[in-house]
This record gives sequence, structure tokens and C-alpha cells, in this order.
Amino acid sequence: MSASDLEVAYGGVPAGKEDVYSKQPVLSARKLVITFGRVVGLDGVDLDLYPGEVLAVIGDNGAGKSTLIKCLTGAYVPDSGEITMSGQPVHFKKPQDAREAGIETVYQQLAVIPALDIASNLYLAREERRKGPLGSVLRMLDKKGMERRAGDAVQNLGIQTIQNMGQAVETLSGGQRQAVAVARAAAFGSKVVVLDEPTAALGVKESGMVLDMVKQLRDKGQSIILISHNMPHVWEVADRIHIQRLGGRAGVITPQTHDMGEGVAIMTGATKLSQDSAA
Amino acid sequence: MTADVSSAAAEFARRQQSPLQRIQHQLHGRPWLSPLFLLFVTFVAFFIATPTFLTANSMGILLQQTAVVAALAVGQTLVILTAGIDLSVGAVMVLSMMVMATLTKDGGMPGVLGLLIGVALAVGAGAINGLLVTRINLPPFIVTLGTLSIFTAIALLYSGGESIQQEHLPGLLNALGNDFGIGKFRLTWGIVVVIAIYAVMSFVLSQTAWGRYVYAVGDDAESARLSGVPSKRILLAVYTVAGLVYGIAAWILIGRAGAATPNAAPTANLDSITAVVIGGTSLFGGRGRLIGTLIGALIVQTFDFGLSQMGVNQQWRVLATGLLVIIAVAIDQWIRRVKA
Repeated sequence: MSASDLEVAYGGVPAGKEDVYSKQPVLSARKLVITFGRVVGLDGVDLDLYPGEVLAVIGDNGAGKSTLIKCLTGAYVPDSGEITMSGQPVHFKKPQDAREAGIETVYQQLAVIPALDIASNLYLAREERRKGPLGSVLRMLDKKGMERRAGDAVQNLGIQTIQNMGQAVETLSGGQRQAVAVARAAAFGSKVVVLDEPTAALGVKESGMVLDMVKQLRDKGQSIILISHNMPHVWEVADRIHIQRLGGRAGVITPQTHDMGEGVAIMTGATKLSQDSAA
Repeated sequence: MTADVSSAAAEFARRQQSPLQRIQHQLHGRPWLSPLFLLFVTFVAFFIATPTFLTANSMGILLQQTAVVAALAVGQTLVILTAGIDLSVGAVMVLSMMVMATLTKDGGMPGVLGLLIGVALAVGAGAINGLLVTRINLPPFIVTLGTLSIFTAIALLYSGGESIQQEHLPGLLNALGNDFGIGKFRLTWGIVVVIAIYAVMSFVLSQTAWGRYVYAVGDDAESARLSGVPSKRILLAVYTVAGLVYGIAAWILIGRAGAATPNAAPTANLDSITAVVIGGTSLFGGRGRLIGTLIGALIVQTFDFGLSQMGVNQQWRVLATGLLVIIAVAIDQWIRRVKA
């Protein structure tokens, strides 16, 4: 069964969005395999992320969610298989490669520096220097400029929860820190934003805030991969849901065609998606 | 965050703060204020205790005595900002000094060449520390505890345990001990070099991406790495730059001591750490300012110098320094518990 057959068979196209899914995926993986000694991490996984959609990746512990994401973000190098971005094959040796190709990841442990302010965090590892000899010879940072542009970027993303760019991140709440991390991933024209369990450590209200932010980003055309254990959150924001099971893709469903119970059943292997049951 | 006018939290935010809380807030925002205050108190105390303390002559000597520890403390600050510790500072400096002196003794080698080799050796020693920390993933404490012994032993073996007096050394190596007058003050060129080191490193730490990475790696190495900061390269660079600073400190020490002695500066390690800690730099990394370290170094030396002016037994001076560290860190912990 070819990849496009799978797509059809598992009915992963939301109604009314057929035009989006006739386009080329912004990120696509084919038959990814990775093994750790005798343990098979990924057993020929396919994944497609289309422009401007939220693709949720769900799966039980050990199903290969994290492994799949790490292959897509350069943290692991797959043993075999192919990853393409907008049709072009890419080979990531390290996270920085994926980042340079336009895949930004917000890790579960957030990867923000508490002691640095918001602007410094947004620009961390992509600092801009001053113009002229102050920047080129003395390597002076353009602190004011970065702070201003960080503020603009956050405004453009529609993130209202963070205001003062000079505020140290350690003074922010968990949800605000998450917002900084997401803004950092989305603010610089990235093609794909990967969110790893963005609501895992948050309360109800703050989770809602982060989910709103995800929707806003999507509405601005950002392609997002969302890894989550939280089914209500997934069903709230996802356009399509990639279900990972036993190192392979059990199927791709949508919140419209399948309810949470069915999704969990596929995830745990209680039901199998077949051509008959697909929408 | 903008305060919500109606909320109870906003009421709480507008509450009257006690004077102590206000001081705590100020200190939290400006961590170098408390060492500056401590320095001021120390000065006043010694001025009252001994009339000869606050004279131009004494102040000149105080600054000259501070130069070596202040220089070492720059390297120590860099390492501690990355949440490390360097116990080998004194050993690297002495090794570098003995190599400079032995190579150039009685015209054996031109001063410039000996100086460059000595400094290069210190850079190499720093790089060895850095490589052991980054490549073999050993804790900095263990690495530098080991290299402390190794470099000390090499310095003693290489020099045969013999001191080399300054009259056997080329003028260049003694140059930083030469003094000049500003009004009544006698300052050495070593002091000028130390001020230059502070100026350059303060700029690098506060104005460049590299400086920002040093703080980021020290605050949260894993997050920094995930953010794309080349953590290991930064760590290696920090230990190497620290080595460079220790090499320059060796040059200052020859001028200051008037000789190259293999068992010179026995308290350099602890004094440099004390200066950094009193200066408000956190031993957990990621927080601190170089200006604080300079003030810290001045405090350490002022204590030592003031007490010796008062004719107090050496052991009391050591005891006082110990108390100073504990009090400084206790204040630091208190400041960190500030309520937003």
C-alpha cells in the first residue's frame, strides 16, 4: 500500500479543507526506521504535515511518538527512510540542522533560560549585532533593536499574555513561559513548529491559553505538529490526528470523523482502522 | 504584567513594604549593591580603627595587593558563571610564572618570548581543564582538584623548587611592578592591566552574544543546548579564556612579588573564589556581574590589609575571611527569596 493510498484509506482529510490537502505537504516522512540495538523504535512510519494545519501525534507510552518527533527534528538520525520538506529531501544530523531548515521545536522542558529576559530568550542563539564597526568589530549586540522586534513579533503572533520584553523569564507563570517558548519557535518565519506536550505541566486556565495560541498560530498559516497525551486538548485544536502504535502509524483520523473513544481504541489496538471503517 | 485594578493580587502588589523588604528588592535588582555596601562599611570600620588606613600611601599598597587576586577572580567569575568552579587558578598562575622566569633567567631567552610562552602555557592549562569538563564530562570540581595537584607538582619539578629573584629576570617580566604617581597615589602598571582586563571582560559579558551564552549555559545548560547555544564550545572557551587571564596574572605576580617563587600565593585559589562569591555571583551559575567580583576582591584584600595594619595576628585575618564568605552567601540567599 503506497503512502497516498494510506492517506485515502484512513480518510485523514477534514471536510471542507480538501484544497489544503491537495497541496504538497510542508513536511513529509516516508518509511522511517530507527532501531536501538534490538529494540525497534520506528518500524516504517509515514507522516504528512500540510501547510497551515495542526497535526496531532498521539500514542501510548513506547508507541514511538517521541522517537518519531526526534527523527523529524534532528535529535535522532533514522536508520532508513526519507524526510522531505516541500518535496525536497532533507538529512538532519543534529537539531541545529532541522532548525536551519525551518523546523522549530518547543521541548517539554521548555528550553528557556530563567535568568535571561524575554527578548534575550526569543533571540537566544540568533542574536543580532549592531550595525557598523560596533557590531562587526566589537561584536556588540543590538539589544534595543532586538527588544523592539521581539515585542513586534509577539504582537504579530497575537500573544497577549507577555508584554514587557525586558522581564526575566523566571518571573513568569508556567503558561507565560510556554508562550515565550512558542513565540520563540514561531516568531522567525519557521515552516514547522513542533510542540511537545505543551500543556502537560499547566493548569486548566493556562492550558486553555496555550491552546488558543496554537489556534491563532494555525489561523495565521503556521504548520504545527502537536504531541500530546491529553485527548480533550488534541480533539479541541487538531485538524488531523496521527495515531502512533507499536512503532508504526496505526492511522490518521480527524476530530470530525472519530470521537475520543474511537481514537483511544485505535491507539491501544482495541480497534483497527481498516478501509471499511475509514470515513 | 499589567496589574488588574480590581483584583486582590493587585491590592497585595500595592501593599506597603517594610523598609527591610524595600532594601531586599533593591538588592535583588542590583546584586552588586550589597558588596559595595560591605566595602564601604569595611572602609569606615578600618578608618576608625587605624588612623594610617585611609592614606594615599596605604590605598596605593592596598590596590597593588589586590591586583593579583582581582585578576585571577576574573577567570574564576567566568567559570563560576557557568556553574563550575576552578580550584587550579593559583597552580596555573604559578606554573606559568615559573616557566616565564626559568626560560628567561639570566638572558636565556628574550623577555617577550618567555612571556608569550608562559601565557600560552596558561591558556593550554585552561584548555586542558575545559577539555576534561566538556569531552570526558567530569565535574569541574574534580577536574580542577586534579589539575591543581598536577600543575603545582609540575611547577615545583620544573623549577627545582628554587625561587628566581627579579634581578635575574628581563625588564619586561618585572615591568608590571613598576609604579607611577597620580597625585599622592603610587599605582603599578599591574593595576592598569587589571582594570583593562575588567573593562574588556565586562564588555564581552554584557554586550556580546558570547557573554549571553556564558550566562545561558550556567543557568540551564540543557535548555541552552536545545535553544541552539553551542554549550560545549562555550564551556571550553570559558576555561581557555580563564587560563589566559591566569597567565596575565602570573606576569602581574612577578612584578608584585619581585621574584618568581614556586610556592607563591598559597591562598590564591580560595581568595579568588571568595572574591567572586562576596561579589554576588551565584555558585549555581548564570547570575553575577564582574564589577561585583572587583568589589569582592577589594573587600577580601581590605580585610586582610586593614587587620594587618592593626597588627592583628595572621590567623585572625584568615578567620575573618571565612566569616565574610559565610555572611556574604547568607545575604545572597536572603536576597534571592525576594517576593515579586
